[in-house]
Amino acid sequence: MFDMAGVAVEIGQALLALAMAPALVGFIRWMKARMQNRRGAPIWQPYSELRKLFRKDMVVSRHASWVFHLAPFVIFGSTIVVSLLVPVLVTPLPFNAVADLFAVVYLLLLGTAFLALAGLDTGSAFGGMGSSREMTIAAISEPAIALAILSLALAAGSTNLGEIAARTIARPSSALSPGHVMAFVALFIVMLAETGRLPVDNPATHLELTMIHEAMILEYSGPYLALVEWASWLKLLVFATLAGNLFVPWGLATSLAPAALAVAFATTLAKLVAVAVGVAVLETRVAKLRLFRVPELLAVSFVLGLLAVASSFSVR
Amino acid sequence: MNANALVPLFWAMCGGFVLACGGALSPSPRVARGMTAIGSAAGAAAGLWLAILVLAGAGSVSIDIPSVLAAAGGLSFRLDRLGAIFLAVIGGVTIPVAIYGFGYTGGYDGRYSMRWMALQSGAFLLSMSLVVSAANVLTFLLAWELMALSSWFLVITEHDRPETVRGGLWYLSMTHMGVLALLAAFFLLGGDGTGAWTFDALRDGAAGAPPGTRDAIFLLALVGFGSKAGVVPLHVWLPRAHPAAPSHVSALMSAVMVKLGVYGLLRMVLDLLGGGPAWWGVVLVTVGAATALTGVLYALVDDDLKRLLAYSTVENVGLIVLGAGAGFLFLSLGQSTAAALAFAAALLHVVNHAAFKGVLFLGAGSVLHATGVRDINRLGGLVKRTPWTAATFFVGSLSIAALPPFNGFVSEWLLFQSFLPGVASSRASIAVLLTLGVGALALTGGLAAATFVKAFGISFLAMPRSPEAGNAHEAGRAMRAGMAVLAIACPVLALATVPVLSAISGALRGLGGLPVSGTGFHAGATLETPQALARMSPVAIMAVLVSAGTGAWLAMRLVSRGRRRIDDTWGCGRIGQTPRMEYTSTAFAEPLRRIFGELYRPTDDLTVTEQPGSPYHIRAITYRTQLHPWFERGVYGPLMQATTTLASRVRALQSGSINAYLAYIVLVLVVLLGMVIGF
Repeated sequence: MFDMAGVAVEIGQALLALAMAPALVGFIRWMKARMQNRRGAPIWQPYSELRKLFRKDMVVSRHASWVFHLAPFVIFGSTIVVSLLVPVLVTPLPFNAVADLFAVVYLLLLGTAFLALAGLDTGSAFGGMGSSREMTIAAISEPAIALAILSLALAAGSTNLGEIAARTIARPSSALSPGHVMAFVALFIVMLAETGRLPVDNPATHLELTMIHEAMILEYSGPYLALVEWASWLKLLVFATLAGNLFVPWGLATSLAPAALAVAFATTLAKLVAVAVGVAVLETRVAKLRLFRVPELLAVSFVLGLLAVASSFSVR
Repeated sequence: MNANALVPLFWAMCGGFVLACGGALSPSPRVARGMTAIGSAAGAAAGLWLAILVLAGAGSVSIDIPSVLAAAGGLSFRLDRLGAIFLAVIGGVTIPVAIYGFGYTGGYDGRYSMRWMALQSGAFLLSMSLVVSAANVLTFLLAWELMALSSWFLVITEHDRPETVRGGLWYLSMTHMGVLALLAAFFLLGGDGTGAWTFDALRDGAAGAPPGTRDAIFLLALVGFGSKAGVVPLHVWLPRAHPAAPSHVSALMSAVMVKLGVYGLLRMVLDLLGGGPAWWGVVLVTVGAATALTGVLYALVDDDLKRLLAYSTVENVGLIVLGAGAGFLFLSLGQSTAAALAFAAALLHVVNHAAFKGVLFLGAGSVLHATGVRDINRLGGLVKRTPWTAATFFVGSLSIAALPPFNGFVSEWLLFQSFLPGVASSRASIAVLLTLGVGALALTGGLAAATFVKAFGISFLAMPRSPEAGNAHEAGRAMRAGMAVLAIACPVLALATVPVLSAISGALRGLGGLPVSGTGFHAGATLETPQALARMSPVAIMAVLVSAGTGAWLAMRLVSRGRRRIDDTWGCGRIGQTPRMEYTSTAFAEPLRRIFGELYRPTDDLTVTEQPGSPYHIRAITYRTQLHPWFERGVYGPLMQATTTLASRVRALQSGSINAYLAYIVLVLVVLLGMVIGF
């Protein structure tokens, strides 16, 4: 069904995701500003940041090794691979057979591990602090994310993203089942932790003692910083798309017809806006948790995942 | 090929290892080292080739020597496909380790006896290869005991250090406790009065054994083989003996020898007993999960590079046992394709772990060789001073952290997938158990990533934290070659997942109730688990990842016009940067240590010395922290206490007086005569 055209659409939608990622972050920032009675920077501000960073010189620490130079490309590359797998517009795609949700999780972990290594590479205390905290959060969010995947997989009979989306499209009522909803909430909490949003990490802070993501990338500048930041924005978009298109997959195109693709684009955009508004509201309403309270939050997510699995078992 | 053509290859393998032993007779230590390396590598190459031929379907090797120790059944060897999988692991790891060992043991010349080491190395390798090809109880137990003793002698090579001897003692006692359990298990298994002790006869006899006996055999096998494999709570010798042994021996023990515990468990419980009731699987899944989590949690907080790796071996054995446990569970529920998948995942992890744990221990050995330091807190900056060691350790770290596109990821993925059919289609209690198993698997994976970011990042990156690390020198050519071979094996095994998996499923075919034909999962260009639950292609992931990364690099080169300036790390305006400002291993693990504080129960000791006269000016801060694995104290403390008490009671018999000893002799004689007359 999909061959060359499928591959073209696949690469096209990954590029679309890459292009939209800065706008998503710009939109969240703008929404937050509005809710805090500020005027806020325009939505396309992140694009200007990227353009500026790509043109700038870069400063590299004299203690940095090849790991520091390799990391931006691994982080960017692995996030691109993930965006090739996530159904942004069309499902199923030729790449569906390449990797499933577990592979997606481990590909994202690859980027996290490289970022943490790069944070350690320059010998800065901030980098080490950020790396240590980032790996802590990544490690304890793994079980929660695995159970959320498991509950989705049980309902769909597969861990591949194409099958999960197709199953929910085929049986709309399953989207309202308690297991599905709980799995969604579990994944949403994990998304906040993995993408460094409040209440786990504050993306707006530059206070050394509280930052996580910012601490690791402190030594990056110029084009490297642009790549790392773009990758982290893309990661946010990927998670938002997962939340939107796996749990509420309606509107996703199942063929390559232009009309279906247009509908898919519009619905995906609407879902992204909805998730972004949710994140913005949350970030305006809640305060950052102490680092040692984060495990409690992730434990909630784990228990929700467990309940989701148990409920899908009892429904069967 | 005629199966008989394999027999010379078998003898060639044994001959190679005997040649390594022959180093004991050599005139100089240097020649002894050379003979060990050449003999081991040649024997391992023959063994690897033999294993590949057996796995490719050339039949099985079968050799009987009934005349030796005829009363106990003689010696009997049969290398089938299950044994061949493990023989391939032995051979594949031994070749690079032997090359590395030639360079590594150079530092021992004049300090320790190289001839003794040659003898023990050869005996160790020979015994491991014979364990996997033994076909009767006598042969198996002889090889097993030879393996235990020779590896113990290798562990205590550096016998002038007290902690080496202590670690060796732990190993010796644990392994012999295991042998005792194995003896009991085999006697129960073969004690049906037929007097046949070959594995074939035991397999036939086991089917008719009463359930109670079978349960006892299973538990004894779990203790006996589990103590070798290092399952919790029998893992205590691993973190003591592995760091004490010479590093290339640690690599062999960790990558190969502990897996023979898994081999024994599969041979005994899957092959001979043919699986059992569901609770066997439940026990194994629980023990496996506990082992994996305990191992990784202690690896995470350990500051000794080699002990960290030893704990990580405990973790990986846990993952393997977890997979095997799921297999036994599915087997008892009649889901034989799901069982085949779970066993295959466990065996794939056996193969993959051998590659990356091998390179990691060799890398740790090079670090030790270069700096004399094992404490991660005193390392750092080695990536610039020992680039080869750093690069190979890097590949090993990514692989063991289950990060794509390396081989650890593939087997971890398959373990996840092997749990899914069970969660989806069995009883509620089992579904919940396996769901928690998935959670344990995921937590282990995440913590392993944190552990190895620490192990590589703190040891190799940033600035050296001690003069020893600052003056480190790169390893010699032989050592670099050994590490490079195993490092290259990690991505290659990921790419070659499909042929490796088909060999593994061939080995499992028909074993103890597993399906005779059809592996259940499709392994073409992409891996596909039964009932198409999931698909994944390691080759495609690697290709896309590499091209995406390269694409990003090219795009950046096109877009950016800026220059690159080398400068100091930013430091809030202070001038100069010293290694004391860096994060340490202890600091890196601190958040997780606090989160899992209930498990660790650390004792912290903080002393702040103030300047005389002013409480606001600090002169010195000392912080000391220590972890005592509490359950070890809880379980082994009383045990050791009891042993010591008993021993001192028995000592009362040894009064030192000749008269008393003569009295004992007379007493025993009278009792024996009485028994003879009485019967």
